[in-house]
Amino acid sequence: MSLNRLLVGSTKYAVLIAFAAFYLVPFYVMILTGLKPLEDISSFEIWNMPKSLDWGSFREAWNQMDSNFWNSVRITIPGAIVSTFLGSINGYVFAKWGFRGSNVILFLFVFGMFLPGQGILIPLVWVLQFMGLYGKVNGLIMAYCIFGIPITSLLFYRYYASVPDELVDASKIDGCGFFGIYRRIILPLSGPTFAVVGVWQCTRIWNEYLMALVVLGNPARAPVTVAIKNFSSMGVIPWNLQMAAALIASVPTIAVYLLLGKLFMRGLLEGSLSG
Amino acid sequence: MHSELSARAKSLPALLPKWLRDDRKVAILVLAPSIIAVAVFIYIFMGWTLYISVSNWDRPALDLSFAGLKNWQRLVNDPRFHIDLRNLVLFAVGYMSQCIVIGFLLAALLNERIRGEVFFRTVFLMPFAVSAVVSGTAWRWLQVPSAGINLLIANLGFENFRPLWYMHPKLGMLAITIMGAWQFSGFVMALYLAGLRAIPDELREAAVIDGAGTVALYRHVFIPMLRPVTFTAVVLTGAGSIGNFEIPSIIGTGPGFATDTLGFYMFEQTFRSSRYGLGAAVATFMLFLSIPVVLPYLISVLREERE
Repeated sequence: MSLNRLLVGSTKYAVLIAFAAFYLVPFYVMILTGLKPLEDISSFEIWNMPKSLDWGSFREAWNQMDSNFWNSVRITIPGAIVSTFLGSINGYVFAKWGFRGSNVILFLFVFGMFLPGQGILIPLVWVLQFMGLYGKVNGLIMAYCIFGIPITSLLFYRYYASVPDELVDASKIDGCGFFGIYRRIILPLSGPTFAVVGVWQCTRIWNEYLMALVVLGNPARAPVTVAIKNFSSMGVIPWNLQMAAALIASVPTIAVYLLLGKLFMRGLLEGSLSG
Repeated sequence: MHSELSARAKSLPALLPKWLRDDRKVAILVLAPSIIAVAVFIYIFMGWTLYISVSNWDRPALDLSFAGLKNWQRLVNDPRFHIDLRNLVLFAVGYMSQCIVIGFLLAALLNERIRGEVFFRTVFLMPFAVSAVVSGTAWRWLQVPSAGINLLIANLGFENFRPLWYMHPKLGMLAITIMGAWQFSGFVMALYLAGLRAIPDELREAAVIDGAGTVALYRHVFIPMLRPVTFTAVVLTGAGSIGNFEIPSIIGTGPGFATDTLGFYMFEQTFRSSRYGLGAAVATFMLFLSIPVVLPYLISVLREERE
């Protein structure tokens, strides 16, 4: 019996460790390859440790993509802030000021979010060109703000729906109007949700690729995701640079994930409608 | 005093209709820009894409004259489209089954009061924090047929087993599913784990008292109770399969379009070859495919939340 239990127990851990290896191997290989100079790169030595720690690839990759990295920062921060605030005020309206048809509108918001992005790309380019924002950082920020509305509104709506209506009613009696209630009752309760939605939007915008490629394909203006792609379309593939670039691009989101994992998890569960 | 106030509060809407109506107007006014933005940038754009798919716009210069079903005919006769449909089926089957099976297995294991749970959970979900572009880049290197993972396999003694991975002319798509599942199976794990944690302990205890073993417990209690989570996972991975774009964009379309997808085909036709009409037809086709996947799910979630 106890031998049996030991066997079952160690099988569990063996499976968990095997999968942990599966999830970690790409990161491991990226680090390993990124630490080698180009002349040591051969696909046959992919598993060999670098002969010495060589940061040259990271330096070189950074020199080629630092402007893209800062582009991503310039896009992600305003995009996340604006879409999070829009989501908060929208969620407040949906949860506390519902009107005839507001449920249908929220439903249409969420429905649109699940449909493939390809369905809107051509008109998006057309409209951005028309507005003089095509190929510009501001154009992409605007797109992220608009396409972020459904998810952020949904996340805030789900939170505000759990705020008791009595609180809102009581401050109506105190003479608070729409904005007064938002400022005095809703906003002070929203800190954690702002953090969840903000983290979620930062990650999504930072990692977004399709729209970035279409709207900001120009290598100088592109965000990091497009820059990685540009590393991989060179004639001879500089694996070391590519791996270093992919790692550099992942550092901010992995740092956020490791530091704020709980917030990340809540965004994930709520956003998939199963929280 | 307080209860009196809240009792009055409930009758306030009837007493002060005008005052209330004004605040309602403010609320609608505040929401209006978002409604307009979503209506235009999502729904009107989709309708517009549908219209472009029946227009003559197949060169850089804008041409919105009506072309009938010309682009659609071209689409259904394009061999690349047929390959992409086959690829979609291959990808969906491989990707969805890996995400759901692995996600469920890992959640079930983590639910067993495992030492180091936080570590495992963090590792399993980490790939989800990076861009799909990163996944494609790393796995492309790992799946180089002459080396990469195949070196490890050879070192384990299976020297004759040398899969071509994403270079396989027929099954390359299945290699791509690994890259996708690497990213998303942790997400599914998180969904299942939250679902398992929400099942009350009493239920488990009652089943154990009734003599249910672990297998019976999962078969008759947990898996049926987790049906909504499975539904969510099926819809999310299904919608993800249709929209798949990043990985072929990074690793290429493979020999004979073996790793091509509808999303990448649409992108190339539209933004590389300026065949806007054809690209719009592919995009519209993708929308039509997604609607039956997503709609029943959202309706069921909405119905549940009402109850």
